Amino acid sequence: MNDTVGIVIVSHSKDIAKGTADMVREMVGSEVKVAFCGGNPDGGLGTNVSFIVDAINNAWSPRGVAILVDLGGAETNSEMAVEMLEPDRRNLVVVCNAPIVEGAVMAATEAAGGSSLDEVRAVAEELSAS
Amino acid sequence: MLETRKANGEIITGSVKLVHAAGMHARPAVKLTKLAKKFQAQISIRASEAAEWINAKSVSKIMALRAPRDSTIEFKASGEDAEAAVAALVKLVAADFPDTDP
Repeated sequence: MNDTVGIVIVSHSKDIAKGTADMVREMVGSEVKVAFCGGNPDGGLGTNVSFIVDAINNAWSPRGVAILVDLGGAETNSEMAVEMLEPDRRNLVVVCNAPIVEGAVMAATEAAGGSSLDEVRAVAEELSAS
Repeated sequence: MLETRKANGEIITGSVKLVHAAGMHARPAVKLTKLAKKFQAQISIRASEAAEWINAKSVSKIMALRAPRDSTIEFKASGEDAEAAVAALVKLVAADFPDTDP
């Protein structure tokens, strides 16, 4: 199969991030690359820019990467992580405005069909539209 | 319980009874959408005669279907591989969404 859009899950809690990634892998399958991060370097709750950069690299695909986040800092730190990427990769990463668990499963389902990054993002964001 | 027929040359339809214990919940919805996306045909689905047809390739719409067990799921498809699409989707539902691709 051709490359599919990768999925990154960023939560304040490593357990939530891992659990969401587990749901994606089990429900959607292994054809979509999924990476996750959560918590601060001390093991507490929080998000961390360099962890997010690592997750983006782990899920990297030439088709792009869609990031699903939970609250406040997860979004701003994800945007910061995107800013830290090389200029030619920045445009291939989007932070979706979508609920983290539902958004990740639906984005991955769309990605598995070979859809573009814009299509994957649109499907995740359908959940926030109504 | 499994029926496919070719109506007016273009539109392929099929219907199948939903045997999944939990109805059309998240996991079956993902499987159905993924399978539908493998075909070029336009594919619609509805879970009762009164319901609107919805796009079988839209995971959010399929998840919102909330079809209970024993519903009759109807498909209609048009396009080059419509017949194969309806046959595959009917098979998936009839086989209760097995873990391996049908």
